[in-house]
Amino acid sequence: MAQDRPTASELLTAIADFLREEAMPVVDRSEPRLGFQMRVAVNALAILEREGRLGPAADAREHRRLVRLLGREGTLAELNRELARQLRSGERDESDAALMAHLEATVADKIAIANPKWK
Amino acid sequence: MTIHTQGEAELARSALAAAAGRHFGRVAEIEGLVRQSGGASRQTWSFDALVGGRRHGLILRRDPPVNGKTDREQSVSIDRATEFRVLQAAHCAGVRAPEPLFELEPEDGLGEAYVMRRVDGTAIARKLLRDPPYAAARGLIAGQLGGIAAAIHATDTRTLPPLKRREAADHIAGLRRSLDLLASAQPVFELALTWLDRRKPRPLDNPLLVHGDYRTGNYLADETGVTAILDWELAHLGDPLEDLGWLCVKSWRFGAVDKPAGGFGSREELWDAYERASGRTVERARAHWWEVFGTVHWGVICLNQAWKHLSGSIKSMEHAAIGRRAVETEVDLLQLLKAEH
Repeated sequence: MAQDRPTASELLTAIADFLREEAMPVVDRSEPRLGFQMRVAVNALAILEREGRLGPAADAREHRRLVRLLGREGTLAELNRELARQLRSGERDESDAALMAHLEATVADKIAIANPKWK
Repeated sequence: MTIHTQGEAELARSALAAAAGRHFGRVAEIEGLVRQSGGASRQTWSFDALVGGRRHGLILRRDPPVNGKTDREQSVSIDRATEFRVLQAAHCAGVRAPEPLFELEPEDGLGEAYVMRRVDGTAIARKLLRDPPYAAARGLIAGQLGGIAAAIHATDTRTLPPLKRREAADHIAGLRRSLDLLASAQPVFELALTWLDRRKPRPLDNPLLVHGDYRTGNYLADETGVTAILDWELAHLGDPLEDLGWLCVKSWRFGAVDKPAGGFGSREELWDAYERASGRTVERARAHWWEVFGTVHWGVICLNQAWKHLSGSIKSMEHAAIGRRAVETEVDLLQLLKAEH
């Protein structure tokens, strides 16, 4: 059964806005160390909001690419373990254009969730 | 919590009065004792000691008995007594570092601890990079860091306590062990570690003192630029370019991405100053290797920090959240490997 509004994304945004705009100024005045922690928390809520919105499609894209790249089926975790193994052993390296395109795409999707401002 | 902290401050005050009294040879009064760093371990306290009408601004560094370090951290960081002796050797060699004064005794009850002179300046990157008082300093810091790095590396290794030697191959093995412990597949870090493994610089015949955590955030600076290099707990013997590479990791630019030397200048400015002060040429490929290495290193540290929380060794939202910063270094690594010719 679908939940009522707000959606998860809307609720996370509302919590983050409240903490940033109302709670943080008070905490900054009384307890600066906690103010820093609260910034970390607000930032983490923003990550969750983006992950809820963008994560499932990003995971599906990563899975599709890995199946094609490795030529086998498996869960996302299994396929990444196999890729990591091949990279440590040197069976694949940065000279492999398909590999690099996959990693670029995967990291682009990850950073869009974790920290879109990073460049 | 407050009561506990109060008790801890009282304990520190009386122990410091006794230890400062021993050091200065007369009665010492302790004033203005405040805790500076947040964590439970690796504490830093600031205080004044009044001795015969003279006021000494001092810093206490201490490790309480409890700790939440991962095995890897325990194997790479040095104990306080060793840190004290490294600081003594570096300070004697003319490195801009706080002057270490005396160690505390086990019967003082503060755990492993020592006292050094307080140096003016701030370590907060955000202020140094953006606040008006530091406008002139910003143009000087990259060059100063090159000169100071040369002084650190020129420290006579015979004056140092026994330190671990850590070369490129040891570092790579250490990071791979960390990834295995975390048991999460990390394709980009594996790619970068294999790239590094295939291009390892040859170890120096005579390894030098390496600071080990030479970056913005770990030095104090004021309006005149860098006043003191801090945080010597990762000191070891090895390749001096490790320090220059680590300083250029993008995470230590705190947003000033177009200024690789710690957010304050170009790599060339840093290298030129280093070459002038040391008389040695900075091999470009070797410097690049250490920057790539530093970037993987920071990424793995991010994962390790999160693991401290996830494994239950310390409960900390801040540590948990750092895990999500690892991907920043993945972005940087793909850029760096593409830039390589």
